[in-house]
Amino acid sequence: MTARERYDAIVIGGGHNGLVNAAYLAKAGLKTLVLERRHLVGGAAITEELVPGYRFTTFSYAISLLRPDVVRDLDLVSHGLMVMPLVNTFQPDTNGDYILLGADDYVNYHEIARHSREDAEAAQDLDHGIARLVRALKPWMDRIPPNPLSDDPSDAAEMAELSSYMSDLDRPVRALLDEFMTSSAADILDRRFENELVKSLYASSGIIGSRVSVRDVASGLVWLVHKMGDYDGVPGQWGFHKGGNGGFTQVLARAVEHYGGEIRTNAPVSRVVYEGGAAHGVELADGTRIDGDIVVSALDPRNTFLSLVDADDLPADLVAHLEAYRYQGSAAKVNFALSGLPAFPGLEGRADIFQGFTNLGPSIPYLEAAFADCAEGRFSRRPFLDCCVQSTIDPGMSPAGKHVMSCFAMYAPYELAAGEWSTERDALADTVQETVEDFFPGFGSLVEHREIVTPHDIESLVGLSEGNIFAGELFESQMFVNRPAPGWNQYRTPIAGYYQCGSGTHPGGCVTGGPGMLAARQILGDRSS
Amino acid sequence: MTPRTSPFHTRLAPLCTPGLWKDWAGYVVAPQYQYSLTNEYYAVRNSVAVFDTTPLFKVHVTGSDASALLERALLRDIRTCSVGRAQYTVWCDEEGFVMQDGVIVHVDENEYWVTSAEPTLRTFRQIARDRGLSDVRVEDVSDDYGILAIQGPHAHDVLGQLTADAAGLRYFGASRSRIAGAPVVLSRTGYTGDLGYELWVERSDALRVWDALWDAGAAYNLTPMGNTALKMSRVEAGLLLMGADFHSSRFAWVDAQRETPLELGWSWMLRKLAEDDRDFIGRAAIEREIADRTSRWSTVGLAVDSHDYDRVYEAAGIVPPLHEVYSETTMSIYRRGTKEWDYAGYASSFFTSSLLKRPIALAKLPLDLTDVGTEVDLEVQVIRQPKNVLARVAALPFFNPARKTAPVREEAA
Repeated sequence: MTARERYDAIVIGGGHNGLVNAAYLAKAGLKTLVLERRHLVGGAAITEELVPGYRFTTFSYAISLLRPDVVRDLDLVSHGLMVMPLVNTFQPDTNGDYILLGADDYVNYHEIARHSREDAEAAQDLDHGIARLVRALKPWMDRIPPNPLSDDPSDAAEMAELSSYMSDLDRPVRALLDEFMTSSAADILDRRFENELVKSLYASSGIIGSRVSVRDVASGLVWLVHKMGDYDGVPGQWGFHKGGNGGFTQVLARAVEHYGGEIRTNAPVSRVVYEGGAAHGVELADGTRIDGDIVVSALDPRNTFLSLVDADDLPADLVAHLEAYRYQGSAAKVNFALSGLPAFPGLEGRADIFQGFTNLGPSIPYLEAAFADCAEGRFSRRPFLDCCVQSTIDPGMSPAGKHVMSCFAMYAPYELAAGEWSTERDALADTVQETVEDFFPGFGSLVEHREIVTPHDIESLVGLSEGNIFAGELFESQMFVNRPAPGWNQYRTPIAGYYQCGSGTHPGGCVTGGPGMLAARQILGDRSS
Repeated sequence: MTPRTSPFHTRLAPLCTPGLWKDWAGYVVAPQYQYSLTNEYYAVRNSVAVFDTTPLFKVHVTGSDASALLERALLRDIRTCSVGRAQYTVWCDEEGFVMQDGVIVHVDENEYWVTSAEPTLRTFRQIARDRGLSDVRVEDVSDDYGILAIQGPHAHDVLGQLTADAAGLRYFGASRSRIAGAPVVLSRTGYTGDLGYELWVERSDALRVWDALWDAGAAYNLTPMGNTALKMSRVEAGLLLMGADFHSSRFAWVDAQRETPLELGWSWMLRKLAEDDRDFIGRAAIEREIADRTSRWSTVGLAVDSHDYDRVYEAAGIVPPLHEVYSETTMSIYRRGTKEWDYAGYASSFFTSSLLKRPIALAKLPLDLTDVGTEVDLEVQVIRQPKNVLARVAALPFFNPARKTAPVREEAA
C-alpha cells in the first residue's frame, strides 16, 4: 500500500474564492491542493463553448467587486487579467423610448433630461452620494469582520471601532447609509425621481439575484452591494473579463500553479476527515484519503457545515443558524447564440448599445409584477432581464459576424408551485426570448441556439444550494458579522484547522475574491501564532 | 482657409461620436472617436483599432546613392535594413543631439519611404549636397499618400482578408501589396506595442482601401482610434513621443532642452558602433559622450506603487484617480532619503494603465538612479497639494505581448 498523499492545505472547491485562497496559501509557501468536483475550475465563473465557436458565460458574467488587493498580491496582471469596461447602459422601453447611458457624465445628464430635467439633476446627486457612501464602507470590505459574540477584548475593540467609524461618517453619507439599510429600492427612488424609466434604470440593482421585490426593504441593501465595486476607481462601474468570467478563473488557476499550488479536477470530496475536534484531511468520493491539517471549504455554508462534516459535531446554535440561512435561488440564465445583432427600432446596427448592460424592465410596476409571479411560485411571465451581447466587447466570444448574448433573468423561483423545472425549462427560455422580442422585434429569428440555466441547474452543476448565486441571500441578517453566522464569521469553523472561504462568508457574493483573501489571512495568522 | 484633412476624413468624420477635433501638424484630427477612451484603448489590446497617421511628414528617398545618404543621416546602420524591412531610427545634429525619430521602410532596391513628425526634406537634401551625392532624389510626398495603422490582436484577421502579403511579414517586415485593387506599401509596424500593420496608400485610392478595410473589420470590432488612446498604448509600449518626452534639437534654444540618443535610452541603436566605420552625423560627439560618460540622465520606465498611490489620495478622503489619466505634464521626481524634496528628475508622460492596473510613467533620471527596481518619489497633486508617492524604475516596455513579434496564425475559417 502506498503512503497517503499529504498537503499542508487542501482547498475543497475550485470556484474563484477557492482559487484565490489556494493562491495566497501557495504563495506563503504552503504545499496546497485544490480539489474540484467538475472537469473544470471556476465554479460559477466559467466560460464554456457549448456550440462550436460560441463561448457562453454559463453563469456569472461580469466583474466589479473584485478586490484590488487580490489583483496586486497575486500579480494577476502577469497571469493574464484583462477586464474591459462595460461602458454603456441601455434601458429600453417597449414603446420605442429608451435611456442610453455612456462614458460621459454630461451626455448622460442630457439623456436623462430628455425624460425629466429634475431627474437628471437628482441622478447626479444620487450617484455622487452613493460614490461617497461606497468609499466610506470600502475599508470594511477588505478586513476580517469582528466577531460580535466574542469575549475577546480585541473583537470588542473592533466592534467599538466599527460603530464609532459609522457614527463619525459625514452626516449626508450616514443618512444615505441609513436610508439604504431601511428603505426599499422603490422608496429610495420615489423620493428622488418622477420618471418611471429613470427609476427603472436604478431599481434593477436592488433585486439582482435576490428573492425580493423592489418594494421590499431588503432591496436597498442589495442595491448598495451591487454598487460597492468599481472599474479602475470609477465607483459602481462593471467590467467584462476577456473570455468571460471563465477567462478570469483561468487567470486565477495560472496564479495558483505559478505559486506552486496543485489543482485536481474530477475530484469530488465526500467529507472532511477530523478527529478530536481537529481536521486531518479529506476523503474523496472514490474513497481516497488525502492528509492535510488545514482544510478549507470554498463551498457554500450548507455544504461546508451540513454536508462535508457531521452536523451533530457542531454547536446547536450554529446548526440552527445554518438551517435558517436563506438561499431560495430566484434567478435563471438563458444564453443565446445569435446570427446577428438584435435591432432596437431607430437604433438598428448600433453595436455600441450592447457594450454594457441592457436592462429589460422599464418601470417599477413591471418589476413588481415580475416579483408577484415569483411570490406565487412561478417564473415571471415578463421577467426582468439583464442582457449583454458580450461578443461586441470581445470578438473572441463568437464566430466572426455572429454574437453571443447573456440574459440573466429574474425571477425564477427554485421551488415551483406547479410543475418541475425539468419540464419547465423550455417554457422559461421561450418566455425570456419573447420578452427580448418585446423590446427587439425580430429577435427570435436571430436565435441559433440557446443554453438554459435554471436554479436547479445552478445547484446541480455549481453546487450552490437552491441555486442562490451569492451562496446565500444578501440580507442584513446574513451579511458582514452575520455571514454565514454570528460567531462563525471569521472563516474558522468549530473544527480546528477547518476553514471556510466561499462567497457565503464576508464580503461575498459576487466575484470579489475577498473571502478567499481574508480566509487566507486568517489561516496564515493562526498558523504563525 | 479650410483646415487640412487626411484623405480618409470623409469616412472618419461621421465616426467621431463626440464631434471633437484638434490640430495635429496642421491637419484636423480626432483626439477620440468615442466618449470612452478606455473602450478605444482596449480595441488595441483585445480586438483591433485603426488609426489615421496621415499627418506625419513623408519623404521618398530614391537612387543609387539613397543608402549612402541615409547612412550619413541616420543613427542606426541603414545597411542592416535590407529590402523588405523597416527600421525605427533617429537622426542627430553634429553635436549628437536628436533632431528627429522616424520609421524608414526599404521598399525596393534604392528606394526608401520615410515618416517623421517634423519635415525632413531639406535636412536630407542638404546632406546629399554636402556629401556630393549625385544619384539620390529626396521628394516630399506628404500630400500624396494616406497612412493607416491597423493595430491589435485581430489586426491580421482583418488585413489578411484583403491581402495575402500581410501573413508573411515578420515584425518590422515590409512589402508592396494591393488592397481593393490599389497599390499599397504594407509594413508590420506601429506605435502601440501590439501586433499591427501600417499601410501607405495613394490619396486617390484612399477611400477605396478604407471601405475594404472597414468591411473586413466589421466582424472584429474594428474601432477607429484617436490620438489619445494611441498615446495611452504607446506609454505601455515604452515608446517616446517627440514634443512630450523630448524635443527636436532644431527648435531648442539651449542644450538643456536637447537630448542625446543615449540620454533617451536608445543606446541599443548603437550596439555595433565599435564594429562599423559609418560616418554618420553626430558620431564624433556621441563617441565622446560614451568615452567621457557625459550623459546627463537616462530615460527609464517608472512603475508607481499602487498601495502608496492609493494611500495619498485616501488619506485626503478622495478616490485615487485611476481611470483614463493620461498626462504629458512634467511631474517632479525626488530621491528617497533623509532629505526632503531632493530633486532628481521628472516624468514626461504618465498613464494610469487599465491593463496593468497601475500608474506608469516615462521618466528622466540621473544615471545613479536608473537601475531597475530603484525607488524614487514621484510628485502628484492631491487636492491641489503636492504629495510624493513611491515609484520604482521598471524595464521597458511595460507591456510586450508575444503576438507583437510572433508569426501570425491563419484564423480557421
